[in-house]
Amino acid sequence: MDSALWALGRASGIVSLAMFTVTVLLGIVNRSGRPLPAVPRFSVALIHRNISLLATLFLLMHIGSLMLDSYAKLNLVDVFVPFLGSFKPFWQGLGTVAFDLLVAMVLTGLLRHRLGQRTFRAVHWFAYAMWPIALAHSIGNGTNGTERWFLALAAGSFVAVGGALAWRLSLNFLENAKTRQRSLS
Amino acid sequence: MTHMTSQMPVPAQHLVPSGNNRLFAAGSRATLACHEQAYGPLPLHGIDGNFVGVLEQSGLTGRGGAAFASWRKFSATGQGRRGALLQGRPVVIANGAEGEPLSFKDKTLLIHAPHLVLDGLLVAARSVSASSLYVYTTAVAMPAVEAAIAERLDARRIQVIEAPETFVSGQASAVVNAIGGGNALPLDNRRRLSESGLKGRPTLVLNVETLAHVALIARYGAHWFRSAGSDRDPGTRLVSVSGRGADQILEVAGDEGLGSVLAHAGIDLPGVQAVLVGGYHGRWVKPLDYRLTPSGQAGQSVRPGAGVLHVLSTGQCGLEATAWIVEYLAGQSAKQCGPCMFGLPAMSKVLAAIAGGDRDPQLVGELERLGNLVARRGACHHPDGTLQLIHSALEIFAEDVRAHLTGNCTRMSGRPS
Amino acid sequence: MSETLHINWTRCDGRGLCTELLPAVLGRDDWGYPVIRHPGNGDGTNAAIGPDDARAARDAVKLCPKLALSLQAWAEIQ
Repeated sequence: MDSALWALGRASGIVSLAMFTVTVLLGIVNRSGRPLPAVPRFSVALIHRNISLLATLFLLMHIGSLMLDSYAKLNLVDVFVPFLGSFKPFWQGLGTVAFDLLVAMVLTGLLRHRLGQRTFRAVHWFAYAMWPIALAHSIGNGTNGTERWFLALAAGSFVAVGGALAWRLSLNFLENAKTRQRSLS
Repeated sequence: MTHMTSQMPVPAQHLVPSGNNRLFAAGSRATLACHEQAYGPLPLHGIDGNFVGVLEQSGLTGRGGAAFASWRKFSATGQGRRGALLQGRPVVIANGAEGEPLSFKDKTLLIHAPHLVLDGLLVAARSVSASSLYVYTTAVAMPAVEAAIAERLDARRIQVIEAPETFVSGQASAVVNAIGGGNALPLDNRRRLSESGLKGRPTLVLNVETLAHVALIARYGAHWFRSAGSDRDPGTRLVSVSGRGADQILEVAGDEGLGSVLAHAGIDLPGVQAVLVGGYHGRWVKPLDYRLTPSGQAGQSVRPGAGVLHVLSTGQCGLEATAWIVEYLAGQSAKQCGPCMFGLPAMSKVLAAIAGGDRDPQLVGELERLGNLVARRGACHHPDGTLQLIHSALEIFAEDVRAHLTGNCTRMSGRPS
Repeated sequence: MSETLHINWTRCDGRGLCTELLPAVLGRDDWGYPVIRHPGNGDGTNAAIGPDDARAARDAVKLCPKLALSLQAWAEIQ
């Protein structure tokens, strides 16, 4: 039973990290205001949201299984308060920080219409902190974290997100009314 | 008709103003003593919710531009309060922002007859049971208003807020936005201000001249108010005349003929090519046999808006004048609403091309197309007011448009001074 | 009951999600802002939404990146 929980904890963690990587990429595409080939803008927005929620589900599975696991023995305090864990407190704490940031993002995302755009956006910037922290947690804390195949996956994700970020920071990133005006005149 | 130029009338000795000299009957820079001598004391204690009925009988319409029936605004504000239990008490704002560059009647009124406006504000506040009162005006009129408030005990709770010198700062939701601590920019108009304005409270925003008339109606009644003007446009209104000769303020009867107003302002009519009525959001008209009233038939009457009359001389090019105004208006967009932010500069460019001698025959069609993209697609009246000006120019100066497109315009630049 | 889609122009940035969701109701102007294809009474700010588009209109309100859209019962703005 324990080994099953342990395997589930590891697998769901890796799956959720991969899905968060896709979420970040889609979020950047979404923010650009551009559609993807054969995927209209509203679908990009919907897929971004749905994958993020699915990734959150896998993350809850990751945390839940490790709480039940007799070896990891995560408790409720460890889930929300970072750096207090008994095993690799620093690396585990990073996971806790990432989770806290995610909780804030999910709540403000679901309540966007109530809270208004400004609060939502401010909190959503957390994504750029949450993703690298989660990646570091997976490498430092994960059983498979330093294995070659995982490091290759992590490096690939890092390059993809880094590339997207470079595009995000480039001058012609946004496609909005002002850029369209420029192309008109 | 009364002039308000350098020479001010001598303070009247009687208590009921007669003729059309109503708003400035207390003379130049009237103090409280002069004001009360001219008009008598304000019967504030007799004012309650029933004052709306008196206003309805008077037929007073807003003098800020839209000419909406004042009693309806009062009534809507009163109802907004009954509608919701938790809503705060109403707010009344005297709007003297006057962003229109060709208008100066509101500043003049606040400088010379501030007590009349304060009276009107107190009457309005009492009739809708308001708890917060504001005067919103530009820097030039602030000292006069503040001095007047300091002169009297009943005006202590009135707050004076400075309006920026921008074209849209006087738009009602921009006024509420500015007083609420934001910028003087218009807000989305999904809910009426009379239901939810300043801090969610029912809010009555009235032009300062409208309030001055309210003060007189509270004193002398609806019947007296209607003794000037016509049945469909009772009372008097202030007009700002500019363009030929010295700029001046006149107080004229409602439904007055445009030509007779100009003649009274001392303008020689044969030298007039066209008149811009209502300001930069108004329309060009010629000839001059129009009635100046918000409630007549199109073709026979022209809406006075905020009372701006700008004269274009026969030698000037109306197209160039309009192009210059539209360029100014495009620059005055609050840049909140896309169709206005991009549409007005685009229209300005096309109009400037026509005025500047570009002979491309498709320019007029392009102007129409852009006009359709701008129409009714904004939070405030700015794009639509600008469209109205452009349409009237294309109609009134149709010959000039043809002359420009064939390279034959011989008129001088008509840039408003 | 028919509904009205209200565009808050002070928020709209012309991002185009609504025009993708409601192609029969909204087009895009030169700068990408939504244009009501068949404006009632010349109203370029409030679009009538028929029963067929009600669902898509709801999605548009939910997904608008600038929260610039709202739905209201037709009677409210009359």
